Amino acid sequence: MISYQLASTIRLGVKSLLLHKLRSALTMLGIIFGVCSVIAMLAIGEGASYEAQEAIKKLGSNNILLRSVKPPEQARQQGGGGGGGGGGPRGMQLKYGLTYQDGSRLQTTIPGVKRVLPMRIIRENVRFDRNEVPCQVIGTLPFYPEVAGAAIVRGRFLAHIDEVHQDNVCIITTGLARRLFPHQDPLEHSVKIDAFYYRVVGVLQERSQPEQRSQSGKMEGQPLDNNVYIPLGASRTRFGEVLIRRAAGSFEAEEVQLHQITVQMENTAAVETADPQIKTLLDKFHDQQDFEIIVPLQLLRQAEQTKRIFNIVLGSIAAISLLVGGIGIMNIMLATVTERTREIGVRRALGAKRRDITRQFLVETVVLSVGGGLIGVVVGVLTPIVVSQLTTMKTIVTVWSVLLAFGISGAVGIVFGLYPAKAAARLDPIDALRHE
Amino acid sequence: MPRPSAIIRIEGVKKRYVLGGENEVLALRHVDLAVEAGTYLAIMGPSGSGKSTMLNILGCLDRPSAGSYWLGGEDVSRMPDDQLSEARGRKIGFIFQSYNLIAQLTVLENIQVPLLYQGKDVRLFHDRCLDLARLVGLGDRLGHRPNQLSGGQQQRVAIARSLVNDPLMLLADEPTGNLDSRTGTEVLDLIDRLNQAGKTIILVTHDERVAARAHRVVHMKDGVIDREVVNRPPPAPSR
Ligand SMILES: Nc1ncnc2c1ncn2[C@@H]1O[C@H](COP(=O)(O)OP(=O)(O)OP(=O)(O)O)[C@@H](O)[C@H]1O
Ligand SMILES: [Mg+2]
Repeated sequence: MISYQLASTIRLGVKSLLLHKLRSALTMLGIIFGVCSVIAMLAIGEGASYEAQEAIKKLGSNNILLRSVKPPEQARQQGGGGGGGGGGPRGMQLKYGLTYQDGSRLQTTIPGVKRVLPMRIIRENVRFDRNEVPCQVIGTLPFYPEVAGAAIVRGRFLAHIDEVHQDNVCIITTGLARRLFPHQDPLEHSVKIDAFYYRVVGVLQERSQPEQRSQSGKMEGQPLDNNVYIPLGASRTRFGEVLIRRAAGSFEAEEVQLHQITVQMENTAAVETADPQIKTLLDKFHDQQDFEIIVPLQLLRQAEQTKRIFNIVLGSIAAISLLVGGIGIMNIMLATVTERTREIGVRRALGAKRRDITRQFLVETVVLSVGGGLIGVVVGVLTPIVVSQLTTMKTIVTVWSVLLAFGISGAVGIVFGLYPAKAAARLDPIDALRHE
Repeated sequence: MPRPSAIIRIEGVKKRYVLGGENEVLALRHVDLAVEAGTYLAIMGPSGSGKSTMLNILGCLDRPSAGSYWLGGEDVSRMPDDQLSEARGRKIGFIFQSYNLIAQLTVLENIQVPLLYQGKDVRLFHDRCLDLARLVGLGDRLGHRPNQLSGGQQQRVAIARSLVNDPLMLLADEPTGNLDSRTGTEVLDLIDRLNQAGKTIILVTHDERVAARAHRVVHMKDGVIDREVVNRPPPAPSR
């Protein structure tokens, strides 16, 4: 009975609103934009922070990453062991970065260290048959998968024996396997890197590519998981420690022992304490700032903090736009009440109580705002999809953002509809009837 | 005390309008009136004599400044607003000079409006609404909107609407004021038939010929009842 009455009040409200289609549509527009912007902005923000957090999580929250960085002040040093890479006209040779000694010092002095994983990262083209793919050739140790959280999908990873013999074996990532061996099983085939052949002994599924944020801008736009893993010793002997980069006709030689050291700590608590200790230790042996320390755990916390602030800012913007929408609704409803004073009087004469009038106008406002809210939800859910189609930006529409936006639109209707509805009900029947 | 058969009894009713400051208008000075069930009463008088004011008080749309008013045995002069609304909806049917149909509703829906405010399920009264629409000769216009009807048709919808809750009486303030004489006559004939069927009618008019249809004609002047003419005796109270 009551629900039947409510249904007929809603039907009446819709009818009254349809009497002024343009006006109702324009009034709804405020709410539509408000709701749509809440959902879309939150979806884009959520997507961005999700990507950032995923990227950071991939680095491993128990890990501390040390990377060699070319020192900003180009403190040039004439080359020491310019072994393999040399030849050609003598250019400038730069020696910097993390060393094997750093690795062993970290292992022995810092408490709470589980493993220290050294890596040499060299950019080379990898060839098989007629396929050639630019790759990162990573010289590392057998426990790389445990530290980086990668999984072997075929064959095996590097073994201790490979390191001892400095064998020419390699493991390739799944992405690279697809590119180099589109129609074949890569295992036991040999790929050519620089001047040497390496036997493929395994295929690795990367969880992380810590190398992707490399300092050099050259890797941009390249698929991220084209990695080849070879024994650290092999990398050292086959490529040497001096790397030559050819740029615009000039040569630039760099001597870098290790490009990255991943320090895996026992637990996250150890990460916190080890961070400053590592810095102090390395500073003692590096007279220039040629390394950076990345603590994914801290980055994660920062990202969460940033996201909180972002949400507050978005929330405020959304609140303001919904407020403006609400004021628009209130304005129109006040005008409507004035315009329909006569109707109010007639209804009162026909037996309507004050609360019937309040309900009628309140329902009308809520229909307006919830209608706008519904349209806003649809548009707001579609917008992020379009955005991610057009920009490859990741967007995540969360259920709570939809509920929030929709809930607020309903609340806006009630809050801003209450005053006009009460104003309508306050009118004396005879005054309302006499109104013209 | 009101006699049981008097459907309306007002005693010593005054209506004062305060226009701000010292200015005030005494629209009704002192009015006593009793109306028996089944009576057809016409109120006449010059413009500004207080006819509409009196009708509005009788219709519970307005409250007297002083005096008392019994409607169907209930003292309504000091009722709270909600009860007054209820009394209006249940006991009184209004017919206005300017019809006052609700623009966004169809003929049928307009007839149903008073049911809604009595908390009645409109679906259960569908047949009654159809009967009323037929009674006023608009059985074939149920889906039309007020702006698709002539003035006379609109007024007939208003009459059907006023009857839907089976009120004690119908109040009409110059119901034919906006109609030409032929349609006016049709509407008045309809009101006559309703009265013959037992409905109490109170009607304000300027037209002698309209007043001639009533049992009693009350002439007002400057806020008091100046004189009363009885055209023919009202029906004897049956109950
Ligand atoms: N709301 C009001 N405020 C102030 N004065 C009012 C109000 N309503 C009526 N009056 C005054 O009360 C007096 C009676 O008015 P009322 O409307 O009852 O006259 P009426 O007899 O219906 O006249 P008409 O035949 O022109 O309709 C008039 O002097 C009018 O000015
Ligand atoms: Mg009048």
